[in-house]
Amino acid sequence: MLGLEKRDMMLLVIVFFLTMFAPFILNPFPADSSLAQFNAGYPDLMQRFVIFGIFAIGFNILFGLTGYLSFGHAAFLGVGSYSAVWMMKLLTMNVIPAIMLSVIVAGLFSVVIGYVSLRRSGIYFSILTLAFAQMSFNLAYSVLTPITNGETGLQIALDDPRILDGANAARYPNLFGAEMNDATTLFFGGWSFTFSVGYYVCAIIMLLAFYLSIRIFRSPFGMMLRAVKSNQQRMNYTGLNSKPYTLAAFVISGMYAGLAGGLLASMDPLAGAERMQWTASGEVVLMTILGGAGTLIGPVLGAGFIKYFENIFSKINDNILHGWFSFLPDGLEDFIVAIIYPFIGKGWHLTLGLLFMLVVIFLPGGLVEGGQRVARVFRRRDVKSGDAELDAAKQRPNTPAE
Amino acid sequence: MDAILLQLLNGLDKGSAYALIALGLTLIFGTLGVVNFAHGAIFMIGSFCAVTLSKIFSLSHKASEPTGVDFLGNPKFDDILYIKEWFGDSAGAWMQDWSVPLAILFAIPIMLFLGFVMERGLIKHFYKRPHADQILVTFGLAIVLQEIIKYFYGANPIPTAAPEVFRGSFDFGVLMGFDPNAIIYPYWRLIYFAFSALIIGGVFAFLQFTTFGMVVRAGMADRETVGLLGINIDKRFTIMFGIAAAVAGLAGVMYAPINSPNYHMGMDFLVLSFVVVVVGGMGSLPGAVLAGFLLGIVESFASMNEVKAIIPGIDQIIIYVVAIVILLTRPRGLMGRKGVMEE
Repeated sequence: MLGLEKRDMMLLVIVFFLTMFAPFILNPFPADSSLAQFNAGYPDLMQRFVIFGIFAIGFNILFGLTGYLSFGHAAFLGVGSYSAVWMMKLLTMNVIPAIMLSVIVAGLFSVVIGYVSLRRSGIYFSILTLAFAQMSFNLAYSVLTPITNGETGLQIALDDPRILDGANAARYPNLFGAEMNDATTLFFGGWSFTFSVGYYVCAIIMLLAFYLSIRIFRSPFGMMLRAVKSNQQRMNYTGLNSKPYTLAAFVISGMYAGLAGGLLASMDPLAGAERMQWTASGEVVLMTILGGAGTLIGPVLGAGFIKYFENIFSKINDNILHGWFSFLPDGLEDFIVAIIYPFIGKGWHLTLGLLFMLVVIFLPGGLVEGGQRVARVFRRRDVKSGDAELDAAKQRPNTPAE
Repeated sequence: MDAILLQLLNGLDKGSAYALIALGLTLIFGTLGVVNFAHGAIFMIGSFCAVTLSKIFSLSHKASEPTGVDFLGNPKFDDILYIKEWFGDSAGAWMQDWSVPLAILFAIPIMLFLGFVMERGLIKHFYKRPHADQILVTFGLAIVLQEIIKYFYGANPIPTAAPEVFRGSFDFGVLMGFDPNAIIYPYWRLIYFAFSALIIGGVFAFLQFTTFGMVVRAGMADRETVGLLGINIDKRFTIMFGIAAAVAGLAGVMYAPINSPNYHMGMDFLVLSFVVVVVGGMGSLPGAVLAGFLLGIVESFASMNEVKAIIPGIDQIIIYVVAIVILLTRPRGLMGRKGVMEE
């Protein structure tokens, strides 16, 4: 169906249901229970899940398939955000033109940067993209202030022209009148589920992006990109020019990043230079690696994982910790809280860094590989024969996630 | 003429810092073949060594006897510095004043130790992994080191003063026969330049004139053959990693009075140092030093008002522009050799 194999179709269907029912799935605890802080089913966070999912899916097309490690992808996200906000300032508050412009501008931008950076490979490529991203950040932060509004960030204002909007048009980002921050809340016993327009817009776009990435992974083009990763030299010797392929992959992933940036700006119409900083580029690398580079579902998982813990971990403070461990004797309680405290709240980045190191060291395939390893252990226990391993080995290359 | 000289001088101190960090990066890269994203964090930790020592020197305890009454009428206890108690008043005051230069002695063992631990504990396991993995794991390490420093020292920059004698500026122009007040230059920056020249000279002399250095250079050229000759090259490379860490750390210690240390200064310098290394030529030590000073000076020229009037904002991006142009025209960098890190 849809030109997909059965396994891929199943994966797409699973992702479809997960995203459509995310407001239920992410809100497993009643609103007034003490565990409610672990709920992630509020629109703002869910939007981040899918938007950064798009960003990571796009990054994965470049890094996962070709092996080119770009350290400057946040620049495209930032460019996308700026162009979306400009579209909303000048033309209309409808998000469609904004998102289209952000994809196009990010695409053009990535053609230029990709053309230059892809002349080198390996670490040179990483450093070149890093230099470009840092340059764009510096430009946006100070030099191009008339366009980017510098430190303050670009915002929409009441007196913007907005030529296409009439006098009574909506004042917030909308899709043909449906405002992005509109939401209905469903109460069910102690639970409350919020369905927001913005989230569903993002989720549908994410599904489209995901579908496209499956098609790219399975296409001859994707095969060519994998060949670049495994041995570019051999490809060149067979008389194939690999540059158009890598450039195309770079531009596609740049456009994905622009799309994510445009969506970010559509949900919350402002754009700041800090989105382009190289730590932001590092973050998307983290997401992809953590989830599993080169796998289909990995980047989405990684993005969700990092954004979830970023939001939940940074909310926990020492009072909450004391509450959790209050059953322990006093001295022990203080001791445990003192040990955990540096890793939560403001110390979330420390946890992130450690986690990242651990994943790179012990689990280079990310969460997906971890899941596969666990699954293999179970499979072995079930059959307990030599065949089981053979079976697992046979299935590994075809697992839907790959 | 004097304006040009002034910009040249201004470029020197930043260029010295770039050159020192890039030198360490190149040492690690040339010997171990590892791209170390945590090198900026080492520079930052060096800076915090200076902060720590000056904090240790200002530790005090309350005097046991009240010396008077404060404005509320309560008995007042003077703070007595431990170092003044132990070393006498004048020596204690001197040590407190000179805490930054003294931190050099304090930092060397710490940085060497840190370098050894990093190499033996983490980076050793990454020689055979792809460069992307090396970049990623050292990037993670940089985040961790940075956050640890942030946890203990807070997020705000901590001003650290240079010794009294070197504070303030002097009229460099008069020495050169220009009008008075044409070229005012802070003492400490000149010291920084001299210091970094000393370190760079030391590292080169060490590599050039000692047997140890000779073996290391041989190992950089062909690690396998040196190993086959029965020399334990791994051990020497570990020591070189420690030395590279110490070089970056010392660059950080001495930079503390110029730029108040904060936890993300390492990252800011790291990006630029990478650019410096690439411009100089990956794996080339003289190239790293040359490119460091060159880019420092180019940056300071670009921030002249006359230049900014022609191209606004050029000072923010000039380094990257230079790097991109050089990489595209001379892909190996200024002094890169054929066959060294082509990929």
